[in-house]
Amino acid sequence: MDLNAKIPQGPVETKWTKYKADAKLVSPANRRKIDIIIVGTGLAGASAAASLGEMGYNVKVFCYQDSPRRAHSIAAQGGINAAKNYPNDGDDIFRLFFDTIKGGDYRSREANVYRLAEVSNHIIDQAVAQGVPFAREYGGFLDNRSFGGAQVSRTFYARGQTGQQLLLGAYSALSRQIAAGTVELLTRRDILDIVLVDGKARGVIARNIVTGEIERHAAHTVVLGTGGYGNVFYLSTNAKGSNVTPAWKAYKKGALFSNPAFTQIHPTCIPVHGDYQSKLTLMSESLRNDGRIWVPKNKDDVEKLRKKEIQPRDIAEEDRDYYLERRYPAFGNLVPRDVASRAAKERCDAGHGVYTGLAVYLDFKDAIERLGRDNIEKKYGNLFQMYHKIVDEDPYETPMMIYPAVHYTMGGLWVDYELMSNIPGLYVIGEANFSDHGANRLGASALMQGLADGYFVLPYTIANYLADEIKIPHFKTDTPEFDEAEKNVKDSLDKIMSINGKRSVDDLHKELGHIMWDHCGMGRNKEGLEAGIEKVKELKKEFWSNVKVPGTQEAFNEELMKAGHLADFIELGEVMMRDALNREESCGGHFREEHQTEEGEALRHDDKFAYVSSWLFKGEDEAAELVKEELKFEAVELKTRNYK
Amino acid sequence: MKFTLKIWRQEDAKSKGKFVTYKIDNISSDSSFLEMLDQLNQRLINNDDSISVPGCPVHFDHDCREGICGMCGLYINGRPHGPDSAVTTCQLHMRKFKDGATIVIEPWRSKAFPLIRDLVVDRTALDTIIQAGGFISVKTGSAPEANSTPVPRHLAEKAMDAAACIGCGACVAACPNGSAMLFVGAKVAHMAYLPQGKPEAMRRVQNMVKVMDDCGFGNCSNVYACEYECPKEVNVTHIAKMNRDFLMANLMSEKESA
Repeated sequence: MDLNAKIPQGPVETKWTKYKADAKLVSPANRRKIDIIIVGTGLAGASAAASLGEMGYNVKVFCYQDSPRRAHSIAAQGGINAAKNYPNDGDDIFRLFFDTIKGGDYRSREANVYRLAEVSNHIIDQAVAQGVPFAREYGGFLDNRSFGGAQVSRTFYARGQTGQQLLLGAYSALSRQIAAGTVELLTRRDILDIVLVDGKARGVIARNIVTGEIERHAAHTVVLGTGGYGNVFYLSTNAKGSNVTPAWKAYKKGALFSNPAFTQIHPTCIPVHGDYQSKLTLMSESLRNDGRIWVPKNKDDVEKLRKKEIQPRDIAEEDRDYYLERRYPAFGNLVPRDVASRAAKERCDAGHGVYTGLAVYLDFKDAIERLGRDNIEKKYGNLFQMYHKIVDEDPYETPMMIYPAVHYTMGGLWVDYELMSNIPGLYVIGEANFSDHGANRLGASALMQGLADGYFVLPYTIANYLADEIKIPHFKTDTPEFDEAEKNVKDSLDKIMSINGKRSVDDLHKELGHIMWDHCGMGRNKEGLEAGIEKVKELKKEFWSNVKVPGTQEAFNEELMKAGHLADFIELGEVMMRDALNREESCGGHFREEHQTEEGEALRHDDKFAYVSSWLFKGEDEAAELVKEELKFEAVELKTRNYK
Repeated sequence: MKFTLKIWRQEDAKSKGKFVTYKIDNISSDSSFLEMLDQLNQRLINNDDSISVPGCPVHFDHDCREGICGMCGLYINGRPHGPDSAVTTCQLHMRKFKDGATIVIEPWRSKAFPLIRDLVVDRTALDTIIQAGGFISVKTGSAPEANSTPVPRHLAEKAMDAAACIGCGACVAACPNGSAMLFVGAKVAHMAYLPQGKPEAMRRVQNMVKVMDDCGFGNCSNVYACEYECPKEVNVTHIAKMNRDFLMANLMSEKESA
């Protein structure tokens, strides 16, 4: 299979300008003849729907929640990056581009990342104009803070609720278009298939979550902004409803799934405490601006802390190991996420973990002494409150306990420079695509990418495709392609309902989560992955013979929806592990234990693996086929990452 | 911990609902309220012997489970989001209840929120109000440079206080009149405090208030239950701001349309 990423010619800093100059346009009068389906209302989906609606296209947007404002972008806490260089500390577009490429451990596509950095400043302008209440200095100008993997302050924030405020901005723009009639909103819909006509994406099959009714929707093009697949691990920082299903259905229709093994384990989450636990809660990376991470040096102290015989504050300064500051003096507590997570795991594996043994301290004592409690409260008040409510300990008085948890997935559906998958007319935006973060995403870059794709990239690139579609009339749904897709969806639902086995969806999902965490988590090796693949295959059989879904199809039935999502997660789990097995190197969030330096740092093999690994569906019970896109680095030099 | 749960069960909007009592034991005090309900549902699915009344799992809305998406919302022992302050239902923990307690769980009850199933209600009306004017009309690409308009810090902070609303509807559920004025006031105030929101401030407040009334929400009679129960502690002064702006808008409206 030949992949063409359609990267424009010329130096990296002129590619986007050149692309826009050459791209075809759809005139305002023709836009109303074109129908666009967008799945998902997070930052990417909502901003795309709003922008395309404003331009005059007919947009239909879907979400599984009761309102578009609930999409999980809302939970992003710390901030959004942009190359404004307001602090005058040496930032510019090239540096943001470079930091993102380096942070991603040189496994992302240069041209896409440069464009991301290039449009980043417009996002801040747009958000401010929408009324996003970013933090400001007394003079009324915008404030910035630092995030991991950068030595400049380029992160804009709205307290600890930046994702919420940016999403509400996009949601307000979307709401305006709904009122204007350019966008039709369909909530509480589960998208269960992508319909292709003559090889092009032309619609979706949706299930109305309230009534159980199966619906057909047709359009000239389909855009997926469906987020990441972190819930394959069961426990993650994702929302409970976040799922891979629309993306997975696209994969099964021939869309490539790229770098599935690149998952981000976020270093600062509230640790796991019980088997009934339903999700993990993130504590923003911004806390690492002021919090210092440590574990006790002496194992005697560790024992006493675990038994609660002593308090963290009883440990003398010289008996604390600030291991990030020790190992990475240049970046200290602000090393990238993958580095910080692995360092925490290393200390806990060595027996220095506190609480259950799987936790380290994030301590604000010094910051509170230096800046005062009031200032800390202003910056992080809502995070401290959230921690207090969950753990029942006051982080102003005693250090937070944190441990890495699954947070973000860099992998996703393959897209070219235009954000189109290898299925013509199927676009993928935001976390759902693979393109910008390589093997590790830097903090505050997910919000940037979601909004870049939706506001400033897709509206240009989609026109280049739609310009050739203006003569095609509105699509009908009474075609054999829709008949077949609907039948497949119904058959699959019937099959799930008919099994009537003994194990609940959650029970099976937890088992999948354990397999994925044990075999494809923070450390991976050949033996473990091979064993994991067998376990996932067994679990697939178990699911299709022993799952129990109560209730009926023709009603609100959350168990049925969860079962469908789990069936897809199980299949994804196998492909993830095949990808991890294939990639015999360590890079970013993908750490193969066989490939590390003497100091335990990730060891890349650029000669063999400087490519995007994409997987092509070959049929049920057949192994997926590997398709490679070589990564060419012209603007930056491939180097070993060094945060020391 | 052990609990007796009295839960509102209702098949769909047309059926008649009733309370069903479940006994549940072996619940960790560190478990969240929704995790307690998850465990009830698991036992219902498995026909566990410890569950006295068999049946389908209890349906409730939930998503992020970290207190920000606004999807969850249960009326617990007569209070939206239960007995703890400044939390959503998903952030409420069982340690806030006494062992052996009876807990009554109901959906949001309001004319403007029709029931869908069990504890799930339809809050589309809140979106409808936002669509009436809860935005600043700026097209993608037409924004000026972000620092070209300084915003005094205290106004940015006030706007942020108002914008913290998560749209859960607890204010409506708490209000004896079923009023949405805290929700609407928060959005009106958020935008009116900012220079970017000023040009449309008059239209916005008029349109949003009109649609709020059309959706069947009640009026405000200064009970302040909304502020007390709001998981994000959104302040009732935003209602006062909305009322002032609404009055001004009506006085000025001739001028605006001229």
